[in-house]
Amino acid sequence: MSETKRTGVIRDINGPIVTVELPGVRSGEQVKIGDLGLFGEVISLRGQLAIVQTYESTDGVRPGEPAQGLGWPLSVELGPGLMGGIFDGVQRPLEKIALQSGDYIRRGISVPALDRAREWEFEPNRELSPGAKVGPGSVLGTVQETTTVLHRIMVPPGVEGELLEMAPAGEYDIESTIARVRDPRGISHRLSMYQRWPVRKPRPYLRRDDGISPLITGQRVIDTFFPQLKGGKGAVPGPFGAGKTVVQQQIARWSNADIVIYVGCGERGNELVDVLESFPELDDPYTGRKLMERTLLVANTSNMPVVAREASVYVGITMAEYYRDMGYDVVMLADSTSRWAEALREVSGRLGQMPVEEGYPAYLASRLAAVYERAGRVETYGAGSGSVTLIGAVSPPGGDFSEPVTSHTKDIIETFWALSKELADARHYPSIDWVTSFSKHVQTAAQWWHKEIDPDWEKRRTAALALLARDAELSRIVNLVGPEALSDAQRWELEGASLIKEGVLQQSALDEIDTFCSPQKQYALLDLAITIYKRGAALIKLGVPVSELQHLPLMAKMRRIKSMYSSEQLDQVLAFRADVDHAMESVRIEYAKHGEQA
Amino acid sequence: MSIKEYRTAIEARGGLLVVKDTAGIAFGDRVQIKDHAGNTRNGQVIRSADNEVLILVFEGTDDLDLENTWVRFLDEPVEIALSPEILGREFNGLGVPRDGRPPVLSNIRRPVGGSAINPAARTYPREFIQTGISTIDGLNSLVRGQKLPIFSGSGLPHNRLAAQIGRQAKLVDQESSFSVVFAAMGVSYADAKFFRDEFASSGVLRNVVMFINLADDPPVERLTLPRTALTAAEYLAYDLDRHVLVILTDMTNYAEALREVATAKGDVPARKGYPGYLYSDLAEIYERCGRIHNRHGSITMMPVVSMPSDDITHPIPDLTGYITEGQIVLSRELHNQGIYPPVHISPSLSRLMKDGIGKDDTREDHPRVAGQIYALYARAQETRNLASIIGADELSERDRRYLTFADAFDERFVGQGESEDRSIEATLNLAWELMSMFPRDMLTRVKETDLAKYYQGTD
Repeated sequence: MSETKRTGVIRDINGPIVTVELPGVRSGEQVKIGDLGLFGEVISLRGQLAIVQTYESTDGVRPGEPAQGLGWPLSVELGPGLMGGIFDGVQRPLEKIALQSGDYIRRGISVPALDRAREWEFEPNRELSPGAKVGPGSVLGTVQETTTVLHRIMVPPGVEGELLEMAPAGEYDIESTIARVRDPRGISHRLSMYQRWPVRKPRPYLRRDDGISPLITGQRVIDTFFPQLKGGKGAVPGPFGAGKTVVQQQIARWSNADIVIYVGCGERGNELVDVLESFPELDDPYTGRKLMERTLLVANTSNMPVVAREASVYVGITMAEYYRDMGYDVVMLADSTSRWAEALREVSGRLGQMPVEEGYPAYLASRLAAVYERAGRVETYGAGSGSVTLIGAVSPPGGDFSEPVTSHTKDIIETFWALSKELADARHYPSIDWVTSFSKHVQTAAQWWHKEIDPDWEKRRTAALALLARDAELSRIVNLVGPEALSDAQRWELEGASLIKEGVLQQSALDEIDTFCSPQKQYALLDLAITIYKRGAALIKLGVPVSELQHLPLMAKMRRIKSMYSSEQLDQVLAFRADVDHAMESVRIEYAKHGEQA
Repeated sequence: MSIKEYRTAIEARGGLLVVKDTAGIAFGDRVQIKDHAGNTRNGQVIRSADNEVLILVFEGTDDLDLENTWVRFLDEPVEIALSPEILGREFNGLGVPRDGRPPVLSNIRRPVGGSAINPAARTYPREFIQTGISTIDGLNSLVRGQKLPIFSGSGLPHNRLAAQIGRQAKLVDQESSFSVVFAAMGVSYADAKFFRDEFASSGVLRNVVMFINLADDPPVERLTLPRTALTAAEYLAYDLDRHVLVILTDMTNYAEALREVATAKGDVPARKGYPGYLYSDLAEIYERCGRIHNRHGSITMMPVVSMPSDDITHPIPDLTGYITEGQIVLSRELHNQGIYPPVHISPSLSRLMKDGIGKDDTREDHPRVAGQIYALYARAQETRNLASIIGADELSERDRRYLTFADAFDERFVGQGESEDRSIEATLNLAWELMSMFPRDMLTRVKETDLAKYYQGTD
């Protein structure tokens, strides 16, 4: 795209949609609107007229004011200084904006994402010397961005050739030249520590790989029952109040990813602040450092302009891809993709485009698929394997999963954590419904669990799910005729399912001990619940009445043990296993004696 | 730019007026319209093209003709004048007094549209507000800066509940009460009078600003009323350092007015004829509440949403629920049993409760007590369903205990007097009294230490 700036004039203002007469402007090009200099993006062209969607409120803008094409599409700055930051939907740094414009966001304010004044300790790659061949993704050197994130400074895509010179170790700001590269045509490129990338274009990689290891989130219902892989794509649909945001925040807090990018897309301001205030205080369970050091927030709250909401998801995923290119495992959480889809709908409605389902434009499904497709595990150009895991919250109107956004998303994703209103109402959290949720990654995850934790993982998981399915079946009978109609064996099945639900599936994000559960402890709890059920079932076969078992103290302990001992106190959890054996054995002996006497 | 006057209206329909041959009119600007009888109406530019503008007329377009309509573009946004004198007053949606007293004179004028709070400037709300209502304080606690709507239905006592909260809300151990901004859209004369009398009789009227649009006032004015009210709330909170409680009633009427105008404009409908931007529009209103760094005041919001045919999945309650931090749901069933306030705890929720309660804020057992009550009540509801099929006599002794609990809970915990102001301590003690109907080993959500300290059962 040429760098010449074109100027034109505003013809029509219809909320965020502005028509400008701007000959020669390109579709997708950034445009500065009016005397205030509001930023926008060309979404369609008709003759001399360009339709521009603006990222800010157009109040006070008049027809006849100037407009200027900037010559480039919506792009983000990529370089050291992103981590720990909070940006708006078009990557403006909100903390710096607060310093400049106070508590409210002033329109037309323009602050670059990366701090120009800050200097970073650059450590050149010792393996490269002048004359070396470098290409996109070649690591020129590193910067310790935060204590946990080593930022690899890479040759940007599109630059290839011979390294002419490289800066020695030292402190540089992001605009200083740190290397020069001469391409095969003899053109010399000056490289600094940051690069720009258009957000709507996926960043390139060498090739795509399959996911191999599960993303451990420390949440039992996810890791044990519906596992996600690093590089996978998943959705968390649920009606309001079912706990979508808590599930997303728990993943952001506890997952074993290197980088977490949290995109608050059209959601509540107060919830973003919760993340903003709590993450700098919370420890990363894997590195022991503060969580904020590996986290980056993109915030477009529901009252911020709708067009920037549409952009925010692309801005987030582009930054995710950039860290992936450094060889990191990145998790991006988008809360919520429904708001993003609604932003599409709002803009398309203003343009008078023909709606298809519930007012959504016909391109909804293809746009959704294209966003999710940017997730994946890849072989990067210069830093080995990296991945982007994309988890999108979906907010179906009225909790109806057949609505367009949920149903299209369901076709695309691999892991579906369906939240249930009924479970949430009973304060069963996380309210991930084991009947409607699914994961296409169980087989792959099983290999990891069998190797790292226990070869019986899949068997135990299947047994638990079977018990839960039985529970659903039997509950229907109970609801019709009451529990008295069930046999002791059937009532024990209900009891077993309840142990799984209360002792394993339920996990309180607010409980200091239970909020995170290591895979070892997850398996130990699952194993305990299944063992209690199986031992009990054997006793019932021998004729032990179910009431005898229901009142064993170990039943209450099984429901509570998850929050009695932390993941570090695994031995205590395992020790309970012996107590279970002992208690069950005493019941058996007691009963055998009783039988003899009779 | 100077003020321009036009007599070139070419179209008037459904609250919208089209004026042609205009030049350089700013989007969003305020408009004054003089009709054939010489009466003045107010409007706002909602689309501005080269030579034509579309105006939203707040008083509606009834009785306008095209020849004798003068349109003046005032070259300023829609604003409201603010001073401490607004307390104790009553205005319409444009800030014009309704109480027969003179207009507020002040050089502080603020555009009612507001702008978005920078998320980086917000502070997380965490100060517990005691409303004196057990189902809210104990199970769905409200904190300062939260937006917690009341989902109700026609004929349910949401207004009485809102007024009671307005009267009783305070921080624990503090006497300072809230200033109340009361915004009524499309309410009946009787409802407006109820609130006025209620505030007057409890002596808080001096601390209340009322913005009222009655059911027979122009619906278009409802679109600007909550914005005007919130601009006043922001002034009270951030200029005068007050803690403000905003009561918006009824948001359903607001959304219907929005639909009316959207239809007239020809906007593409999304669900049930509501425009696709209903969510963003509601968010612009709701998200103006909160707490800001280094500011003493705060804005807490309780919108009332009456659910058409008691349907919580209707677009208005649905989208509201996605923006607000929880909801208090009223139940017709409880109301019919004579229980006040008829709060149905199962679908009710407060998202910001977790950081406002517990050891340093209310009492250390509070979070677990809430969890335990919810678990018991959920099980009790199942048992009630079962009992309605097979009869209570067929239930096991254990299940019958749940029934007794549920009945006692509805009557004593949910039910309370309209002037009964329960302390959080009293609410939690009452919860323990009810929980103690169960043996210790059935209370798995509380800690052993809680049981040792508060359990009152014989088991």
